[in-house]
Amino acid sequence: MRLTPRLRLNPALLIGGILTAIFIGTALLSLVWTPEPPTRVRIAMRLKAPLEAGLLGTDHFGRDVASLLMAGAWNSLAIAWPAVLLGAAIGIAIGCAAAAWKGAADEIAMRVSDVVFAFPAVLSAIMIGALLGSGPTAAILAIAVFNIPVFARVTRGVALQIWTLDYIAAARSLGKPPLRITLEDVLPNIAGALIVQVTIQLALAILTEAGLSYLGLGVRPPNPSWGRMLSDAQTYLSQAPHLAIAPGLAIALSVLGLNLLGDGLRDAIDPTLRSRTEPV
Amino acid sequence: MSKRFLAAALIISASFSPALAAKTSLVIGMPIEPPGLDPTVAAPVAIREVTWANLYEGLVRIDQDGKVQPLLAKRWDISPDGLTYTFHLQSGVKFHDGSTFDSADVKFAFDRARAPTSTNAQKQIFAPIASVETPDPATVVIRLKETSGNFLYYLGWGDAVIVAPETAENNKASPVGTGPFKFKSWTRGDRVELVRNPDYWQTDKTKLETVTFRFINDPQAQVAALKAGDLDAFPNLSAPELFSELKKDARFTAVAGNTEGEIVAGMNNAKKPFDDARVRRALMHAVDRKALVEGAYSGYGQPIGSFFSPNHPAFVDMTAVIPYDPEKAKALLAEAGYGNGLSITIKAPQMAYASRSAELLAAMFAEVGVDLKIIPTEFPAKWIEEVFKNKDYDVTIVAHTEPLDIDIFARDNYYFNYKNDKFKALIAEAGKTTGENARFAKYAEAQKILAEDVPALFLFQLPKLGVWNAKLKGLWENSPVPANDVTDVSWTD
Repeated sequence: MRLTPRLRLNPALLIGGILTAIFIGTALLSLVWTPEPPTRVRIAMRLKAPLEAGLLGTDHFGRDVASLLMAGAWNSLAIAWPAVLLGAAIGIAIGCAAAAWKGAADEIAMRVSDVVFAFPAVLSAIMIGALLGSGPTAAILAIAVFNIPVFARVTRGVALQIWTLDYIAAARSLGKPPLRITLEDVLPNIAGALIVQVTIQLALAILTEAGLSYLGLGVRPPNPSWGRMLSDAQTYLSQAPHLAIAPGLAIALSVLGLNLLGDGLRDAIDPTLRSRTEPV
Repeated sequence: MSKRFLAAALIISASFSPALAAKTSLVIGMPIEPPGLDPTVAAPVAIREVTWANLYEGLVRIDQDGKVQPLLAKRWDISPDGLTYTFHLQSGVKFHDGSTFDSADVKFAFDRARAPTSTNAQKQIFAPIASVETPDPATVVIRLKETSGNFLYYLGWGDAVIVAPETAENNKASPVGTGPFKFKSWTRGDRVELVRNPDYWQTDKTKLETVTFRFINDPQAQVAALKAGDLDAFPNLSAPELFSELKKDARFTAVAGNTEGEIVAGMNNAKKPFDDARVRRALMHAVDRKALVEGAYSGYGQPIGSFFSPNHPAFVDMTAVIPYDPEKAKALLAEAGYGNGLSITIKAPQMAYASRSAELLAAMFAEVGVDLKIIPTEFPAKWIEEVFKNKDYDVTIVAHTEPLDIDIFARDNYYFNYKNDKFKALIAEAGKTTGENARFAKYAEAQKILAEDVPALFLFQLPKLGVWNAKLKGLWENSPVPANDVTDVSWTD
C-alpha cells in the first residue's frame, strides 16, 4: 500500500469532481458576491418566473432565487462539514482504539454503534434537535452523532487488516506501544479509505441538513437554506413550480456529485476498497 | 332459486337507497388541534371551534352576524338600573349524560368560572357579577356590582357555556354539554368525532348524524384532503396562495370572509428595550403593512393600526397614526440610544401567517438597523408555556381571535406586560357604559391610545378563507366569534 496513492482518473471521479467543485465554488462565491442580497425582500417583485427577474426568478417574498441558492449552498456546507468532521474525528478514534486493543472495548464500541445505527439518521437528528432546540448547532451535533458509528465501523474494519500485517507485528514485538503504531503506521495507511468515507458522508449530511431545515430544525430563517426553500415552495407549487425545482435540483446534484466523487476516489485510490467502504 | 336471488337483490337495493338520500356526515378540517375540549378553562381558539354551539350551549349565543340570540335562556329581563338580569330558562333541556339542565347548573357554571381558582380565559365576563341566584329551577337572577355594557354579548361566548357539576371536571377529555351533538371519540393528533344528540331540546334542529373534526396543519395537505374528498369543508384555510386556485374550482364554494383575529407582533413591554415607547414606535414605523399582507397572506387581509376588528361598529382606522416611515424609525431608534443597531428575537409559531410575517418583519427591521432573530416556537403548547405563561420573549406574533378583546391590553399579567393606567381606566369605564354611542366613543379613544403607544405591532386582520363542498350549506362565511357552528349545516342532495 502506498502513502500517496496514484489517482487513476475515471468518469465518476471526473463528473463528481466537477459537480462538487461547482457546489463548493458557488458556496464560497456567495460569501463575496451574489446577484442580489439573498435576504432582500421585494414584495412588488414576488413570484416572478425564471429570467423574468433574475436567472431563476423570485420567491413569495420577491427574493432572488439564484442568490438564495448560492447562499443556501454555503449554509448547507457550513453545517455538513463541521458535522462530518466532528463525527469522523470521534468515530475514527473509537475505531482505531477498537482495532488496537480489541477485546471488551472493541465489543462494547461496536454494539453501541449497532444501537445508534438502528435509528434512521433523520430520526435521531430530530430527537437531538428536540432536545437541544432548533438551530445550526443542534443540526451539526445531530448529524455528527449518526456519523460516529459509521466512521467507527469503517475505521475498525480497515485498521484491523493493517494490524495483521507483518511489519506491524514486527513493530509490536519490538515493544512499540499501540498508540504510536496507530498514529504512525495504521492511520496513514487507512487515510484513503477514510477520505472516501468523508466524501460519501458529506453527501448524506447535506441531505440530512436539507431534511432538518425542511422540518424547521436546521438553519434558522431568514438565513437561506435549500430545505426550507423546498418547504416554502410547497404551497406555491401550482403557481410557481420553479421555487421547488431549483432547490430540489441543487440538493440532488450536490449529493450526486459528492457520491460520484466518493466512488471515483475509491476506485482511483484502491479498487479493492469497494467491498470495505460501501456507503451506509 | 330465482326468487331468492330477487329477494337478495331487493335487500341490496334497499340497503343502498339511504345512500341516495342527502348525506348526513360532515368532515371538517382545522389547522390546529385543541389541547382540550373545555372552553371554560383555557384560551385556545381551537377549543371553541370544535365545541362551541356544537357540544356546549350558553344562556345566549352569538349568531353569524355577531348579534346576541336566546339559547338556553328563552328570554330575559333587565332591571332599569341595569344591575339585575333575570333569565327564564328553556324547559326540557338535558345534558348528554341524561341529567336535567336547570338553574342550579347555571349557578354552578358561573360560580366555577368566577372562582379565584378558575382558569377561565375571559374572567372579565364574570367580574361584574355580585351574585347568581336561583329562585326556582327555571329562573336565574344575576345581580351585578356595576353596569356592564357588553354583559349579554359576553355570555354568548364559549367561555360562558353551561356545564354540569357532575361532569365539569372531566370536560377537557370527555365533554358533556347540552348541545345538538354529543362527544364520541378523540384520536389525539388526528380527529374528534361527534354524533347527533337524539335528545336535543330543539327537536329536528340538526340534519347531520356525525361530525368529524380533523386536524391538518400543513396547508398543502389541507388542500389535498379537500380535493381528494377526505374533507367536506375547511372553514379557515391556512394557505391563502392556494385559495385563489380553489376559488376557480366548481366543486367548491370558496369565500374570503372576516375573522375577529387581529394579527399583532406582541412585545414584552416590561423588558428592555421595549419599555421605551420610542423603540416600539420605531419598530412600527419600520413595518410596511401593505407589503406584509401581500407577502404573508397573498393580499388577503386588511391592515390595522390598533387593536380592534374592522367588523365592529366602533372600529376606527388607525393605520395612519404610525405609518410606514423607515427614516423616522431610524431617527427614533437613535433618539432612544440604539442608533448603532439593536438585536432582538421573535418567537414565531408555525402557522403560515405567523412564520411568514416574522420573516418579513426581519427583512423590514433590517432596513432600519434592527437585527430580528427568528426562533420557531410550536403553537399552542410551547408558545403558551414560554410566551403566554412565562413571558420569556422579546417579540412574538399571533392572531388574537376573540371578539372585542381590546381589554387584553388593560389586563395585569397578560403576556404583553403592558401597564397603562389611563388606558385601563378608560377600558373599565367603557365596559360600564350602557349607552351605545358613549361606549363606542370610549372604544375609539382606547384605539387611539394603543395606536400611539404601540404595546404591540398592529399588522393586519386575519381573513377567514373558507372552502367547502359546493353542495354544503349553512356554514359561516364570517366568524364574529371563533366557531364552527354546524347546527344548521346540511347537504343539498
